[in-house]
Amino acid sequence: MSELLIEIKDLECNIDNQKILQGLNLKINKGEVHAIMGPNGSGKSTLSSVLAGNENYEVTNGSINFLGEEISEMSPEERSWKGMFLAFQYPVEIPGVSNINFLRTALNERNKYYGIDSIPAKDFLKMVAEKSELVGLNNKLKNRSVNEGFSGGEKKRNEIFQMAMLDPKLSILDETDSGLDIDALKIVANGVNKLKSSENATVVITHYQRLLDYIVPDFVHVLHEGKIIKSGDKSLALELEKKGYDWLKTDENI
Amino acid sequence: MSYTEKELKEELDNKSYEFGFVTDIESEKAPVGLNEDIIKLISSKKNEPQWLLDYRLEAFRVWLKMTEPNWAHVKYEKPDFQNISYYAAPKKKKELQSLDEVDPELLRTMEKLGISIEEQKKLSGVAVDFVMDSVSVATSFKEKLSELGIIFCSFSEAVHNYPDLVKKYMGTVVPHTDNYYSALNSAVFSDGSFCYIPKGVRCPMELSTYFRINESGTGQFERTLLIADESSYVSYLEGCTAPQRDENQLHAAVVELIALDKAEIKYSTVQNWYPGDSKGKGGVYNFVTKRGICGHRSKISWTQVETGSAVTWKYPSCILKGDYSIGEFYSVAVTNNFQQADTGTKMIHIGKNTKSTIISKGISAGKSQNSYRGLVKIGKGAKNSRNFSQCDSLLMTDQCGAHTFPYIECENPTATVEHEATTSKIGEDQLFYCMQRGISEEKAISLIVNGYAKEVLNKLPMEFAVEAQKLLEISLEGSVG
Repeated sequence: MSELLIEIKDLECNIDNQKILQGLNLKINKGEVHAIMGPNGSGKSTLSSVLAGNENYEVTNGSINFLGEEISEMSPEERSWKGMFLAFQYPVEIPGVSNINFLRTALNERNKYYGIDSIPAKDFLKMVAEKSELVGLNNKLKNRSVNEGFSGGEKKRNEIFQMAMLDPKLSILDETDSGLDIDALKIVANGVNKLKSSENATVVITHYQRLLDYIVPDFVHVLHEGKIIKSGDKSLALELEKKGYDWLKTDENI
Repeated sequence: MSYTEKELKEELDNKSYEFGFVTDIESEKAPVGLNEDIIKLISSKKNEPQWLLDYRLEAFRVWLKMTEPNWAHVKYEKPDFQNISYYAAPKKKKELQSLDEVDPELLRTMEKLGISIEEQKKLSGVAVDFVMDSVSVATSFKEKLSELGIIFCSFSEAVHNYPDLVKKYMGTVVPHTDNYYSALNSAVFSDGSFCYIPKGVRCPMELSTYFRINESGTGQFERTLLIADESSYVSYLEGCTAPQRDENQLHAAVVELIALDKAEIKYSTVQNWYPGDSKGKGGVYNFVTKRGICGHRSKISWTQVETGSAVTWKYPSCILKGDYSIGEFYSVAVTNNFQQADTGTKMIHIGKNTKSTIISKGISAGKSQNSYRGLVKIGKGAKNSRNFSQCDSLLMTDQCGAHTFPYIECENPTATVEHEATTSKIGEDQLFYCMQRGISEEKAISLIVNGYAKEVLNKLPMEFAVEAQKLLEISLEGSVG
């Protein structure tokens, strides 16, 4: 019997008064991997931003229940503290702030929220060493400024490194495969697989079936015009790869 | 971040100007107004020699003929110079043998400032010359320094004990005729710091002075004279705070640095004068002339973190007179609410193969105006001299302003002058990225701003860097819009 991690009900949201999500429903249990696919402009990235709490998106209807708590009004940092993680499609550069300092600040802010002491430097560095090995992050990158001057692959790998450090309950990978060559893709996927457990879940947002060869989903959903119009197992992804999305758009689902 | 979260919380809990307390010490104050009699009074109170009185009076006469400069990119109500008291000394001053004799009120003030001398003595090895309302109150570490022949004392003491040095160097870098405020300072300066590092001596500790305006309606006119004799080295820290007051207080200081051949002076300032309230009421006018002169192969490095004052008008400069001399200017200037800052530097290349570096990081928030103004002048004889300038501006809101006024005058074709400038706005995407990782908005701003200013903060001595980071954080609270 698997345990419910997040339940999204009838979610509707706007950006600049334009409706993007139009009644989205999704349930994810602990231990599961869900893939969300769909044509450009279907609302995939919006979904990840809304789940992470980006204030540019206005939730106009519906609910997001995360670990038994309604979070649609919660600040991004509080969602993060509760275990929400978004691997950005375009990771942001923060000049002058080292990766290490950034993560230490992040962990300590979370500790503060839970009333736990700051993480001792020794333990922190040990953790950094372990986790960076897990995702094959170059040692030098840890002391460089966050994402500054990183290659596309390094940025994505750094996202997975941060994910490993923060050990989230729900990880949303927003087109993590975009801009990655096949070797980098394997490394990133390998990192994600190693972080999987029966206590967490992963949402993989992607255009391509290719990533799903490496991160094998339990469920595949097709998003179109802000709604999930079809769900299936991993074979759906293969079908989409062959047939594209048009056959679904003409379905009665729309 | 090298400070603890607990400290941070305390800082954040106290959102108003942290150092806005008034110390209740009886002080002796000159009547308001400025005329030759007042100057004579100041001079006689301080038991000064005739030559110094003459210098003051001469400066005063020059000042009377000058007009207040108007070219800076700042707007403010001109101070009424006849409505200021030009001298305030804590009254209980007498010869002090040890800290125990210092007025307990005063010690408490120092503790609030976080620079309790006892603590400093024990922990950091910093010698502090504490200037409070004009008169230097307590000086520590003097003995240890004097073993090396280093002189570090109040300006008044130097006038009495080392008149030859004072007479020889005072006014040589910033003459009393230099500008309106340096003339005023030369006429009415009350005290300040004096430092002399003998030939070949490397000063083993950071020398530190804290300035603080306490008495209401008093201007503070201190003077610093720092002489590094041949092949010597000194690192000097200057910190400033002023209590919170509604009326505008005037601060017009003069700092002169003399680096003789092969000497090196590192001068760091963290300026935290009261900036006025969030509506722009009150605050300190900070009109300061700072300049150093370099001999052969010597080096002067200015590092400043400016977070305070209602109006700042300040250009720490280097005259690179000696061949192969080096001038550096590293600055972070933060303005919030209605603060205005017009700050920068002048690098005057005279000697051959002279080199200067300017790194200026402006941060504007609220409705503030932040200007960088800098002059790079390459003289006729300054063969193969080089300058690199980088002026960056970071905007926190869409109501603030950032301005850059670089002046370049080049009279020698073999010189290389480079200028780079950038302006950026703190990014919503950067903030969201941090917040998604669990870093609150305030903390994220501090992180991003500290990262932006890192190049400069790294130049500060350790104790100061921590303080400066905290100050940046406090000054920019709730400033993104």
